[in-house]
Amino acid sequence: MKFLSKFYVAIIYLFLYLPIAVLIVFSFNDTKSRTVFTGFTLKWYEKLFTNDVILSALFNTLLVAVVAGVFAVILGTFAAIGINAMNSRLKSILLNVSYLPIINPDIITGVSLMLLFLFLKVKLGYTTLILAHITFNVPIVIFNVLPKLRQMDKNVYNAALDLGCNPGQAFKKVVLPEIMPGIAAGFLLSVTYSFDDFVVSYFTSGPTSQTLSVVIYSMVRLKVSPEINALSTIMFAVVLFILLLVNVIEVKKEKYETKMMEGEN
Amino acid sequence: MKKVFSAFLAIIMVMSAAVSAFAYSEADGYTTKVENEEYYKKFYGQGIEINVCNWGEYLANDSVNFVDVNKDFEELTGIKVNYTLFSTNEELYAKLRAGGTNYDIIVPSDYMIGRMIDEGMLEKLDFGNIPNYENVDETYKNMNFDPNNEYSVPLFWGVVGIIYNKSMVDEADLTGWDILWNEKYSGNMLMFSNSRDAFALSLMDLGYSFNTTNPDELAEAAEHLKEQKPLVQAYVMDEIYDKMEGGEAAVAPYYNGDAVLMMDVNEDLDFYLPDETSIFIDSMCIPKGASNKEAAELYINYMCEATVAAANSYYVGYSTPIHAAYELLDEELQESEIAYPDAEMLSELDSFLTLPEDTNRIIDGYWTEIMANSASVWVYIAILGALAAGAVAAVFVRKNIKRKRMDY
Repeated sequence: MKFLSKFYVAIIYLFLYLPIAVLIVFSFNDTKSRTVFTGFTLKWYEKLFTNDVILSALFNTLLVAVVAGVFAVILGTFAAIGINAMNSRLKSILLNVSYLPIINPDIITGVSLMLLFLFLKVKLGYTTLILAHITFNVPIVIFNVLPKLRQMDKNVYNAALDLGCNPGQAFKKVVLPEIMPGIAAGFLLSVTYSFDDFVVSYFTSGPTSQTLSVVIYSMVRLKVSPEINALSTIMFAVVLFILLLVNVIEVKKEKYETKMMEGEN
Repeated sequence: MKKVFSAFLAIIMVMSAAVSAFAYSEADGYTTKVENEEYYKKFYGQGIEINVCNWGEYLANDSVNFVDVNKDFEELTGIKVNYTLFSTNEELYAKLRAGGTNYDIIVPSDYMIGRMIDEGMLEKLDFGNIPNYENVDETYKNMNFDPNNEYSVPLFWGVVGIIYNKSMVDEADLTGWDILWNEKYSGNMLMFSNSRDAFALSLMDLGYSFNTTNPDELAEAAEHLKEQKPLVQAYVMDEIYDKMEGGEAAVAPYYNGDAVLMMDVNEDLDFYLPDETSIFIDSMCIPKGASNKEAAELYINYMCEATVAAANSYYVGYSTPIHAAYELLDEELQESEIAYPDAEMLSELDSFLTLPEDTNRIIDGYWTEIMANSASVWVYIAILGALAAGAVAAVFVRKNIKRKRMDY
């Protein structure tokens, strides 16, 4: 039984990480082949850093992800506060309405946004791309901030008012720090979703603003260049690095805290 | 934890050091220097932008080790190039039809150019602004999709042929498209997975035109494809690269430009060009509604410069229609019969034309039939069955859980 459970775990992780491993291995392949490893090279990495098409697409992607994330966080947080303050019936209606864009297939979101932009005679480009990304990010922020608001003790806010804060100050000094983890999570998720998104970007990007996913897709005719493997490898390494860093910091923090506790005792 | 972290850092450092030390120079001698620099200055400093929509990986864009055509154009002319990509002709068509975009340059293929001309989606070019058009080889002018050379200027071209593995194929069998019906290679054969290309091969093998609209000929071609089906290992598009490079199949129809790339990986591969085949041409066009037509024509002219076209062709691997550019290529490439087959034969070739709706419907109908008379239907049924079984199982399990909960 023990063997079986280990075997199961091994299979699951193999399933998750084998594709990434293959991708990384072939980023070092001498030719463009995806099946035959003909020799080790770093030329794709070098080419990647000189390829303006890929680099500008990467820049677009990051720009859109961050800008859309910031706007979504602002809009979403205020929306969450508003929804939280409503009576339960209105609240449940609004919650369902906000769920809809998340459950809705991307293709419907993408096409409907494109049709809207065309209807309003807005030229497709950065503006439409960022607006579209904000649209699908706002609900994500709402659903990350709402639980934090629910957990918060309402009396703390009232206490702040009693102690002389005006509502603005009370929000800044009491509510905001309390829901900050939710806002941060919402922002990170938004950025991730934006980064991942292909379908919506495909329909709403214009002649000046293609994102990385759209550029990669358009490479299929002449085969996706191994530069993309190289880029993916670097992104994977960066994410891994950040995860490790966060973990190290947390472990250190825990150790420090237990030490302090012991010291106090 | 610390160990892992420092090991990771070490790997990254080694990698970045290696990358910067690895200054390979792949293609010396290719530049984008043009003779008539003054000509390109007419829009200098006016802050003009043009929107170009091209195929992915279809332009030299390595500014450090090779040349970056767009960047050099920007420097030379002061015109900013907004460069975006598309992946199929149909996608490009849909984008233009939907509106909301203002491209100044697009690069559709032959049959799509014909369709766009028919539907009035393209601007007539002012060839007075494209003096380099005379650099274009006569072979690629007066094509059937743009018979009077009014709308398009070719960028790249290619032909369909047969890629085969020398260790698996007897070269005596290479007598035409009939090798794709040769039972000797049963199970070792790949075939196009889109109806138009597949029908074209079948029609050519039967001796008919691939632009035919005759229902009888199409019916015969469909029957011919059905005969071929038991021999075919798989219907593919760009998976052909993986299968041929890996030696998993012996013969496959594909384009000459790609064959050159595949032969770099697997030395056993070679390319055979039947006498009767089709040529494709991807040409630069200006769609209606372009905001900077004259600047776009300057860009087209730049692409027809011998130096620029040669650099592009070398980088992309596809063949250039610019005669003067061909002369600048490496000798090895010039003499390659795969990249540049016999000119006399080329001039005889036709490209795909847009077919009438009726014909498309007939072809699609046959194609579905050909694809369906096999396991694929059973696969769908099996999947549906599995889903149904899964759903039933889920309902039972839930009931059981509920019952157990009740028991507590």
